[in-house]
Amino acid sequence: MSLLTIQRRMARAVMTPLTPAERMRATAPDGRSLRKVAADIIKPNDRLTSFERLEIYNRQYWFRVLSAFAEDFPGLRAVLGERKFDAAAKAYINDCPSTSFTLRNLGSKLEAWLRRNPKWAGSRQELALDMVRLEWADIDAFDGKAEPALKPEDLAGADPETLRLQLQPYIHLLDLHYPVDDLLLEVKKDDEDTDFASNAFNERHKQKRVRAVARLKPSTIFLAVHRIDDSVYFRRLEREEFLILKELRAGKTLSRAVDSALRKSSIAPDDRPAQIQNWFQTWSTLGWFCCTGMPGKK
Amino acid sequence: MPANRFNGFTDYGVGIGLRAPHYHHILTKKPVVDWFEIISENFMIDGGRPLQILDQILEQYRVVQHGVSMYFGSAEKPNREHLRRLKDLVKRTKTPWLSDHLCWGSVDGRYTHDLLPMPYTFEAARITAQKVREVRDFLETPVVVENVSSYAEFHVSEMTEWEFLNEVVERADCGILLDVNNIYVSSKNHSFDPFTYVNSVPADRVAQIHIAGHSKFKKYILDTHDHPVIDPVWKLYERAIERVGHTATLLEWDDSIPSFREVHDEALKANKFLASASLATAV
Repeated sequence: MSLLTIQRRMARAVMTPLTPAERMRATAPDGRSLRKVAADIIKPNDRLTSFERLEIYNRQYWFRVLSAFAEDFPGLRAVLGERKFDAAAKAYINDCPSTSFTLRNLGSKLEAWLRRNPKWAGSRQELALDMVRLEWADIDAFDGKAEPALKPEDLAGADPETLRLQLQPYIHLLDLHYPVDDLLLEVKKDDEDTDFASNAFNERHKQKRVRAVARLKPSTIFLAVHRIDDSVYFRRLEREEFLILKELRAGKTLSRAVDSALRKSSIAPDDRPAQIQNWFQTWSTLGWFCCTGMPGKK
Repeated sequence: MPANRFNGFTDYGVGIGLRAPHYHHILTKKPVVDWFEIISENFMIDGGRPLQILDQILEQYRVVQHGVSMYFGSAEKPNREHLRRLKDLVKRTKTPWLSDHLCWGSVDGRYTHDLLPMPYTFEAARITAQKVREVRDFLETPVVVENVSSYAEFHVSEMTEWEFLNEVVERADCGILLDVNNIYVSSKNHSFDPFTYVNSVPADRVAQIHIAGHSKFKKYILDTHDHPVIDPVWKLYERAIERVGHTATLLEWDDSIPSFREVHDEALKANKFLASASLATAV
């Protein structure tokens, strides 16, 4: 049996979902006998059968990936509840196993998968999608690339008709149907508090979390997920502010981005110049614009 | 061996793994540590806090890279994106050598994120050695391979694990990261004499040694890196040092991580054996 054949058979067995009791299945969902797979490739010893030896790797695989997934998506766990979250996590990883050398990317296809498989979130689909988008943005913003930030003098004399500003690659812009930023912050704080707490304390916190999810009402928010001093922050944006940034990221010139964003704005025309100037000052202070792509800049 | 071509002609002593719970202690207290081993994959990223912390560590300490997902033994070709990111990190850390495991873990582009055991065949040795050579040539840095703990053996195996290790390193002309805890764990799981393994390794190729703790179950031992080093593993370490001389040694502690001091004190126990080796060399 060639190396490739052995590895394909073993990997397929190792990545087969466990039974509800977290043991290796005798038969895989596609009908393969995992007992036969194990017997064909793995030697038994005086303490363990071939099946039991293969099972060690099967269980380790699932424990490892599920633990990494749960660590990355505590907000989704709060939204779905533990039982549904565990079931969804297993289904997702079974459908979308890791294709990256790092577990950091395990959840990269979760949003698309959840859109294709709405049954896992049921009536909370929209809320779950919002939370997944925010949590993935949180992961990506944490270690995303930062370019040298633009300084005010870099823009001296620039023509808004031709100026194309680049946003820092690590920034994520999200339009969401629920205020999931507040919920995620609450969940994360809760997790920190309960790390070393008693079971009774943890149970009370779990109930508190369920109540927090239940009272979350739909409310459109615009959010920038960004970094200050290498820590990730969520910043709420005005609708127009969000639209300008989206247009800039899409490559529009400054002038066209502003025009497009303010087309249906309720901001009074007289107030717009001051408002826009204020936004730009904030974005510059936060270092959101970078030199990449600027004429004459590296 | 001290200062050989497999560890970049360095003469490192006792180090510990750089782990997140210790960042604050290390950066604020600046403890004296001979060197740190980093998990390469944790820093093969584009930016943010992990790299900022790594840069602070690099200003004050010597760092060696240790990988967990190169999968030298996978039948597929090395992942180019992985190699590119790894090379970027090598340039950043200036690691004198780089280690990863003698195992496989991915097939057809799907990753198990585990260190799966090799079938000990000549075909596997040839494929693995070729991959080690490719990685080393691309990175332009000495590459050493580490023996893993295993819980399964294959019907198709044509040799023992240590024979397979020797076959790979001779074909690849690379160094060895000898993990004496892994040898102990596998010896219990597969009923062989761990000293036979240690005595069979080509001493002149050993670039580094790993020590660690593990967890004992009823029918097998699991390599968990969550306990102190047990006496039988120290005895294996002592024998390894007798054979290879004063060699860069690292304690791995990856789960239920205690205080920095506890981990470092456990690692420094290795100095007793290293001192004997130095004395023997001097005499």
